[in-house]
Amino acid sequence: MLLITCPNCGVAAEETELHAGGEAHITRFGPEASENDFEDYLFRRENPRGVHFERWRHANGCGKWFHAARCTATLEVFGTYSAQTTEPPREILETIRAKRPAWTWRDLK
Amino acid sequence: MSTRLATGGRLIDRNKPLGFSFNGKRMTGYAGDTLASALLANGQMLVGRSFKYHRPRGIVARGAEEPNALANFGESAAFEPNQRMTTTPLTEGAVIASQNHWPSLEFDIGAINARMARFLPAGFYYKTFNWPRGFWKHIYEPFIRRSAGLGKAPKERDEDRYEHLYAFCDVLVIGGGIAGLVAAKAAGDSGQRVILIEQTGSWGGRAAVDGGQIDGIEVMQWIKETLQELEKNKNITIRPNTMGAGIYDHGYTLAYEQTHDLNAPRHRLWRIRAAKIITATGAIERPLSFANNDLPGVMLASAVRDYLADCGVSAGDRTVIVTNNDDAYRTAVALKEGGLEVPAILDARPDPLGQLVEKARDLGIRVEAGRGVASVTGKGRVQGVDVCLHAGEGAVLETIPCEAVAMSGGWSPVVHLWSHCRGKLIWDEEQAHFRPDPSRPPINHDGQGFVITAGSASGALQTNDVLADAHRAASGAGTPPVSDAISEGPIMPVWVMPQGAGIEKRAKMFLDYQNDVKVSDVQLAAQEGYESVEHAKRYTTLGMATDQGKLSNINGLAVLSDALHQPIPDTGTTTFRPPYTPISMASIAGDARGELFQPLRRTPLHDWHEDNGAHWEPVGQWRRPYAFVRTGESVDQAVAREVTATRTSLGLLDASTLGKIIVKGPDAGKFLDMMYTNMMSNLAVGKCRYGLMCSENGFLIDDGVVARMSEDTWLCHTTTGGADHIHGHMEEWLQTEWWDWKVYTANVTEQWAQIGIVGPNARKVLEKIGGIDVSAETLPFMTWAEGKLGGIPVRAFRISFSGELSYEIAVAANQGRALWDMLHAAGDEHGATSYGTEALHIMRAEKGFIMIGDETDGTVIPQDLGLDWAISKKKDDYLGKRAQARSHMTDRNRWKLVGLETLDGSVLPDGAYAVADGENANGQRKTQGRVTSTYQSPTLGRGIAMGLVSNGPDRMGDVLNFPDTDGKPHEARIVSPVFYDPDGEKQNV
Repeated sequence: MLLITCPNCGVAAEETELHAGGEAHITRFGPEASENDFEDYLFRRENPRGVHFERWRHANGCGKWFHAARCTATLEVFGTYSAQTTEPPREILETIRAKRPAWTWRDLK
Repeated sequence: MSTRLATGGRLIDRNKPLGFSFNGKRMTGYAGDTLASALLANGQMLVGRSFKYHRPRGIVARGAEEPNALANFGESAAFEPNQRMTTTPLTEGAVIASQNHWPSLEFDIGAINARMARFLPAGFYYKTFNWPRGFWKHIYEPFIRRSAGLGKAPKERDEDRYEHLYAFCDVLVIGGGIAGLVAAKAAGDSGQRVILIEQTGSWGGRAAVDGGQIDGIEVMQWIKETLQELEKNKNITIRPNTMGAGIYDHGYTLAYEQTHDLNAPRHRLWRIRAAKIITATGAIERPLSFANNDLPGVMLASAVRDYLADCGVSAGDRTVIVTNNDDAYRTAVALKEGGLEVPAILDARPDPLGQLVEKARDLGIRVEAGRGVASVTGKGRVQGVDVCLHAGEGAVLETIPCEAVAMSGGWSPVVHLWSHCRGKLIWDEEQAHFRPDPSRPPINHDGQGFVITAGSASGALQTNDVLADAHRAASGAGTPPVSDAISEGPIMPVWVMPQGAGIEKRAKMFLDYQNDVKVSDVQLAAQEGYESVEHAKRYTTLGMATDQGKLSNINGLAVLSDALHQPIPDTGTTTFRPPYTPISMASIAGDARGELFQPLRRTPLHDWHEDNGAHWEPVGQWRRPYAFVRTGESVDQAVAREVTATRTSLGLLDASTLGKIIVKGPDAGKFLDMMYTNMMSNLAVGKCRYGLMCSENGFLIDDGVVARMSEDTWLCHTTTGGADHIHGHMEEWLQTEWWDWKVYTANVTEQWAQIGIVGPNARKVLEKIGGIDVSAETLPFMTWAEGKLGGIPVRAFRISFSGELSYEIAVAANQGRALWDMLHAAGDEHGATSYGTEALHIMRAEKGFIMIGDETDGTVIPQDLGLDWAISKKKDDYLGKRAQARSHMTDRNRWKLVGLETLDGSVLPDGAYAVADGENANGQRKTQGRVTSTYQSPTLGRGIAMGLVSNGPDRMGDVLNFPDTDGKPHEARIVSPVFYDPDGEKQNV
């Protein structure tokens, strides 16, 4: 059972307290979007064997959403951060790069 | 025959005899016995039949690794099948029955299978039962079910209590042998919070039997003193009878406690979160593969000396030892010193030299080097051993009469817990076993390893190595304890005995006792191409029994490797999965049974409903009255009565479960315009509007009436089931997409009781109570007002889900019952009738109102339901707008909402499909629609239904066929979904 720290309330939360929300940093496409953009927005997700950026909600806790950088293979958590951002914080990216030099994710590396 | 000796047995109390029965036969044991030791003490070597061939089987092991000795244990409500006799303590009056035989243990018809063994090879089930096709269901499966299967399923409700406990610690030590004790002490001394668990009721593990000294003290004394020191340390929690069942991600551990205490819950499931886990789980001795190694009386060498030392039980007067390592010599020495005979030690090694070998020789025991067992002889139990050269093909050199055979094929570390969370293993060539690779541990959330092995679990098999390894595992201060243990000579791996055995012998060498997998089966699987160890496991069923191959796995994969001509590490192991040994289903359920299974949500009017004949319906965690059934009435009759009373006079509905979400703030209007398909920002204060909510996929997810409370506040009603997730849905968008919008949401569902006052007399009853003005002029349809009703502050919403003149009155939850009683009193003259959810459903269907979950199923868009009028054309954007423009969503042949009227007035079967001409690519009949809601309408006196039909609204008058599951046709005509009062004259008065 995963243990992930909620950055909003500071609690190291058990997986059963959390609700997984899929990939983070998806840009919303609305009514004017092309078919391709909208399809990508709605359906296309990264599925890495490695570090991934995810959305989580501390559902049975403070109720707030947050983001986590987590390795899907080793389950190592590289950090959690506010959901009110459009990209991962620099220090978390640096932590990942230091431990996984060959890592890439969408256009990040 | 096995028997109890006159003296000895460190764990039993000869002053406390316990009576018990085995298959109805009265027997006696002592306190401290397990079922297994008590049966052996009574000469009962035959304890069960094997799964496939029904061969007679005896007790092989002393602990959790036992494959054969499973019992139906206990009676009536306390009955439990598949109890491992070697780990179940004997209790007074215990009722034990052996399993897997018919009609009796001694005479078993299934044993014929043994003679058919040649025709029941690996993959037999796959090969045979596939053909002819119809035979599986009617012949093969019933036969297999009768003759196979382990214990019986209990019939009565379990009356015992079970509980879950939560615990947290810095270090969790699993295993109470000397390694576990050393590790717990070292961790505790450093000030860490420690939990130490041990699966048996006694401490010290193997060392307690094998003796010697630690730090100059007799080992039993050392164990006692160490335990006392641990008990004194307040940071250390100690639990015997508690098995480490599984290690999960990020240090989460399940431990299973069997209390053996009638005043405590029977089992406890410990849910432990540990920063670091030390697995001091020891090692398990491997059997040797020689012909007839499954005869009752063939046991693990360590088990033979355990029963002797722990319980004063001998497996037989004469025990032949078969080994490939020094450790088994301890058994020979213990037996000899216990006054029993050891006719010979057959050592596969050509030149055994260790100190233990010398000690055995000094005791006058005949040691035969380079020898093996050609076959164990005897019918139903061991009567002798045919001796051969291990290096040869099995020519019998001599036959040694004996009653027991003690075998040892070496020791394998218990790596299960290490492996549960992906800790990796390496093959130790020297000791011929897999052991944990400390450089590849299970990874914690911080990227560091969180499991460390200690002692034999690390592969340290010599006592001094065990002590040093455990001390290191716990980062102990100072130097580790030291023992006086003598050193042992090297092991020689032996996977098949004799090494050149032919097929006759290999077909009688059992690897997996419980599932009857033999050396020849694994070889056949390899020959047939099952090269992956995971495939070979499933094809042969090796290691798939309730013991999960604790004895058989290493031997099996060594045989497989040999058959594939590859080194053992190239074959690898199968996956280790929790639990380590089976845990009870009841412990997993814990307290979550009956009323505690899940929380029950009660409306403020729940007790009234209960007192007035409510026929309950679960709606999420709520209980809602389906109907209020009166004496002499059926449920259907009650529903019809409620509908008619409401339509003709006055109905009262408990609508408190409806979701109520406050949305407030400067940007609340803008936000609701995104949430709903229609415009909410322009709703006037005091007005109500029916709204639809879609997901970003365009699909309808919820509906309800929105009321504008004030300039910056809206109240959103949701469906009963939707309250929580719609609130979550709103929060998700607010927190993760429009976090700069100034909007606040609050789910106030439970703060309010809500009562529907419905029917032609609704206004009269409210006016009779008096207070708030509910006249048609002041409070027209789709408005709301605040005021008092009979002195109680209320909100009155003029909304209708029935098509009648209708008000929904919201009051503070604690005033709900007062208002309800007031309404019943005032409405008595109109025959005020409480109605339940079914009457509610029927009335909304008569009006053609959709119900989320009936007309929608996550694939339906509002346009499918003719709700285009509730979709704003003015708005640039709302959730789902873009998706609803996708080509599939605008296809004119989408299934759309229509009414359905059977030609004969009957009720259509719920969920039935309308068939179309032709077949699809799978050869199934094509369909063109389905029934979504179907009822007998008391108002119209006939069946009515709603359904989704391809291009339905343009096909009014068409007749479709909806065959029932039995193929019976039901013809229905497509009509408008509004069956009753199409012009809304009744609600708008």
